[in-house]
Amino acid sequence: MKVIQYIGIGMFIIALLIFTAILGIGHHELAPNDINIDNQYHKEAIIEAGQDAGLFDSKIGGVAFISKVKSVIKAAQKNLETKAETSLPDGVSEWDYRIGDGWIGSYTNSMVSGTARGPVQNKPWLFFLLTFGLASLGGLLFIIPKFSEHPGIKHNGIYHHSLTRGLKWNMKMVFLIPTIIGVILFGFLKDGNALWPIITVVLALLISYFVFYRQDSKENNPQRDSSPINTGWLGVIAGIYFIGFYILLYWAPAYITNWIDMVSPISKLLSGNAASQWFLYGLMYCFIVVVMGVRMLTKYQHNKYQRIRTLSVMFFQTGIAFLLPEILVRLNQPYYDFKNIWPLNYSFFFKYNIDNLMSSGGLGIFMLVWGIILIVIGVPVITYFFGKRWYCSWVCGCGGLAETLGDPFRQLSDKSLRAWKYERFIIHGVLVFAVVMTGFVLVHYFTGKSHLLGLSSDSMKAWYGFLIGAGFSGVVGTGFYPLMGNRVWCRFGCPLAAYLGLVQKFKSRFRITTNGGQCISCGNCSTYCEMGIDVRSYAQKGQDIVRSSCVGCGVCSAVCPRGVLRLENASGDIATRTVPERAIHITEDQVTLLT
Amino acid sequence: MFYAYIQHHKTNENVSNIVIIGNGISGISAARWVRKLSDHTITVISSETDHFFSRTALMYIYMGHMRYEDTKPYEDWFWKKNRINLVNDHVDAIGFDSKQLTLRSGKTISYDKLVLALGSKSNMFGWPGQDLDAVGGLYSFQDLEKMEKHSQGLKRAVICGGGLIGIEMAEMFHSRHIPVTMLVREQSYWDNVLPLEESQMISQHILDSDIDLRLGVNLGEIKDDGNGKAKSVIVKETGEEIPCGYVGLTAGVSPNVGWLKESGLNIGRGIQVNSHLETNMPDVYAIGDCAEQTDVKPGRRGVEAIWYTGRMMGETVAYNIVGKPVAYDPGLWFNSAKFIDIEYQVYGEVPGKLPEHLKTIYWQHPDGDKSIRINYHVDDYTVKGFNLFGIRYRHEVCKKWILDNTHIEEVLQNLGLANFDPEFYEEFESNIINVYNQTESKNISLKTKRGLSKVLSFLK
Ligand SMILES: Cc1cc2nc3c(=O)[nH]c(=O)nc-3n(C[C@H](O)[C@H](O)[C@H](O)COP(=O)(O)OP(=O)(O)OC[C@H]3O[C@@H](n4cnc5c(N)ncnc54)[C@H](O)[C@@H]3O)c2cc1C
Ligand code: SF4
Ligand code: SF4
Repeated sequence: MKVIQYIGIGMFIIALLIFTAILGIGHHELAPNDINIDNQYHKEAIIEAGQDAGLFDSKIGGVAFISKVKSVIKAAQKNLETKAETSLPDGVSEWDYRIGDGWIGSYTNSMVSGTARGPVQNKPWLFFLLTFGLASLGGLLFIIPKFSEHPGIKHNGIYHHSLTRGLKWNMKMVFLIPTIIGVILFGFLKDGNALWPIITVVLALLISYFVFYRQDSKENNPQRDSSPINTGWLGVIAGIYFIGFYILLYWAPAYITNWIDMVSPISKLLSGNAASQWFLYGLMYCFIVVVMGVRMLTKYQHNKYQRIRTLSVMFFQTGIAFLLPEILVRLNQPYYDFKNIWPLNYSFFFKYNIDNLMSSGGLGIFMLVWGIILIVIGVPVITYFFGKRWYCSWVCGCGGLAETLGDPFRQLSDKSLRAWKYERFIIHGVLVFAVVMTGFVLVHYFTGKSHLLGLSSDSMKAWYGFLIGAGFSGVVGTGFYPLMGNRVWCRFGCPLAAYLGLVQKFKSRFRITTNGGQCISCGNCSTYCEMGIDVRSYAQKGQDIVRSSCVGCGVCSAVCPRGVLRLENASGDIATRTVPERAIHITEDQVTLLT
Repeated sequence: MFYAYIQHHKTNENVSNIVIIGNGISGISAARWVRKLSDHTITVISSETDHFFSRTALMYIYMGHMRYEDTKPYEDWFWKKNRINLVNDHVDAIGFDSKQLTLRSGKTISYDKLVLALGSKSNMFGWPGQDLDAVGGLYSFQDLEKMEKHSQGLKRAVICGGGLIGIEMAEMFHSRHIPVTMLVREQSYWDNVLPLEESQMISQHILDSDIDLRLGVNLGEIKDDGNGKAKSVIVKETGEEIPCGYVGLTAGVSPNVGWLKESGLNIGRGIQVNSHLETNMPDVYAIGDCAEQTDVKPGRRGVEAIWYTGRMMGETVAYNIVGKPVAYDPGLWFNSAKFIDIEYQVYGEVPGKLPEHLKTIYWQHPDGDKSIRINYHVDDYTVKGFNLFGIRYRHEVCKKWILDNTHIEEVLQNLGLANFDPEFYEEFESNIINVYNQTESKNISLKTKRGLSKVLSFLK
């Protein structure tokens, strides 16, 4: 048994090494005819600059090629700039003629994609098997023998293991601060507009002042620490890998051309199109959710709630989020993920999406209506009956990843009161941002006004996508699993979770009931609550729990060694059973004595 | 009714100085409730850890499920915010006349009212070698540190004594893949408390978990390796020598009162208290593991060293201290534990040996990891107790049935009300009803299944 598991780990590591290494192999070949740029002036200028730089004559390795392409585009940009001053063709606006900074990224990507040549392009299936295949097989070889273990809680050694015990406070800051500064600076450099970075920074400082400084320095209140005694270095490495992956995926896909080319044959099989970085991501997501989902099935052999829930997220990710949209595209229908709900799906009301759906016949209209029904009826009604868990830990893709890949990290969520305060500011702030941004976009759509109160809807949209859609939900949301637990995004950032949470808090039958006086205050429930809810503080008082952030994963109930917690749906007595001053330990006649 | 509201009328009489020795569940419950009910000055003294932690979670720290930090039920700011002064020091002597405590650091602290919440200590029965290095009980945080220190490279541990702490210690070593031998005096695990069937089921579960359980044997002596460290254990009955690097002594606990024997306090097994938790000394109370009730309720014991009673006593003593006399009433007996992977809950009267006034029905899952036992009165068939293994039942529902003297058949028909297992779990209520139907030649069936709404209306 052990041997098979070691072989499995070995295979997984080899696959990961190959996966990483293939980014560095092969070269690029680009002919002037291959350049696929609509703007004629831009195209000509780039071809000219490319010929000067010898871009089309030689085979150039990946990274060198990308920087060469960039320098060629920049050279073309310069040339056009000088020409624009002297010989702007008649009837052409200067803005169409010059290459704006915003084009550089997309031109780079379009010139790089499809030009890579090498082993990966020659034998994509082989490399697919050596990476995805080998990693999944290795993972399963490691996981499947666990089915033969005794059913029961499998948390031995979590805080001894270098991958799962977390990072010390200072080490967390080493990740957090550069990531935040990096994301904001990168966005600023990309678009030259300082407004949104300044707003973000000011808000971050304000929140920090209110929560951190006042709590810690002024009132000198020590908070519950969420760090281990020693930083787990595997955790650091995993964090760097995850974060690096997301940065490349979102902002520098040209560098992962080989990965994209590797999965292109699969994309062609499904939708008929070549793969994009999003196809790569979706496919990886499915593999991870399935393999790590099997791990959840082994871990919770004794817990049917966990098993059904895990099967559910596996299904929704592979079937509804990944395969169905690809098939729709193959059938010439719009790409549509039926379970993705605004405001998590923040581009739902963007012009291109609305236009696309409206112009796609009956099915397109149905999709538009379906999306709106989910927002205004689906979310409140289902959440009323079952709590936000129906979405967050049964359906959602982010939740699915958190509950499978993220499960080994769930204990790393911060349980301090301070973290809860941050959480409330930030997540509701994101909800407000999402609503305002969508409002601007819709006003723009219906009235044609692109600016309101001096703010441009396009720039707001772009910054939302950049800061929240990519930076928060991707880089921080998943990259920070080994630092801050598996629900960083769901807890601090997701605007849909905020919306679901408001319904759950104020109008829902869902709650976690506590079993009379059985709690021994051991702390397992709080430790393994991925949302950082201090479940014990309720349980030891015999108080039913209604918290907007609870995603109903059911793990607190699963790990409780005394059978104290149960996820339930019923509205009766919810107001009286959630009050903290319930005397559970003295009988009533004695208490009435007192009053 | 089980739950009640408390109205908070803080007492406005003169502020007095309340000192509590012991920061375990009982001492801390007392402190919290005194604070809720009054503005008295509160000081809690303990020499174990700076802050209150959950003793019941010691095992999880060792097993790597939690850090020490996670076992603290309150964040460190809680104490200052609630004006509870914490002192980390050891009380060496109590002057009951001068109302003054002498601390190990040399300081003195005076009190107006004193609460003794001293907890327990592990039993040592004078075994040869019990004071060697690498020999220890499992009670305090220091015991845990000792286990940790000796775990590096440990080849085998021997645990002497069954019971709840013994099995926890076995699970701890086992979690780190350290082979464990358990020497248990009884013929079947914990059969002085558990009925035979359950006891056998757990014995089997222990064996299935690769723990070398030896039943019906005692510790003879612990051998010295020549450097003052334990090297092996001799089994009394067989003379067998078991080499080992650590010896766990878990033959129960007793009140930590040795140091007060000569102080003038009335001490029996523990510090004797009346139903208001007062000792024989003026303004001195005792609660938790260290207290011994002189007015013992039927079916209960004088010393009950469990978490829940400590918590209730802490709450009760607070009322008495603030001048609102309340008698200690632990209510219906309940307890819970976990034997490696099998959870255990008990409500009411389920003794190891069935007394004459009780009848019992018992169902066990063929997998040997779940069981239900219900006891009822031989004459009037009122339900008396529930024993659950691997299945969770609702405390409030079971308690109400028992206190209301509900007829067993009514209980069985509505047994779903009691089920507290997570959603989608199989429900086994019909199985135990079948057992009843067979033993009593009846034909009743389950009417109510699991679900909160019905429970809430039942509890109204
Ligand atoms: C491993 C383990 C598992 C357990 N599991 C369970 C369980 O699952 N369910 C259950 O119901 N019960 C369980 N128990 C029992 C339960 O933990 C105890 O009943 C409970 O902790 C007793 O609380 P207490 O406040 O009375 O005493 P303690 O928690 O022992 O607190 C007493 C404190 O006073 C300090 N102290 C004593 N004398 C002095 C002095 N002279 N000066 C300064 N400080 C002093 C001690 O150092 C200690 O910190 C378990 C016990 C152990 C050891
Ligand atoms: S409170 Fe429990 S169910 Fe809710 S998120 Fe936390 S662990 Fe999951
Ligand atoms: S895990 Fe269970 S016993 Fe432990 S603190 Fe939470 S509710 Fe209480």
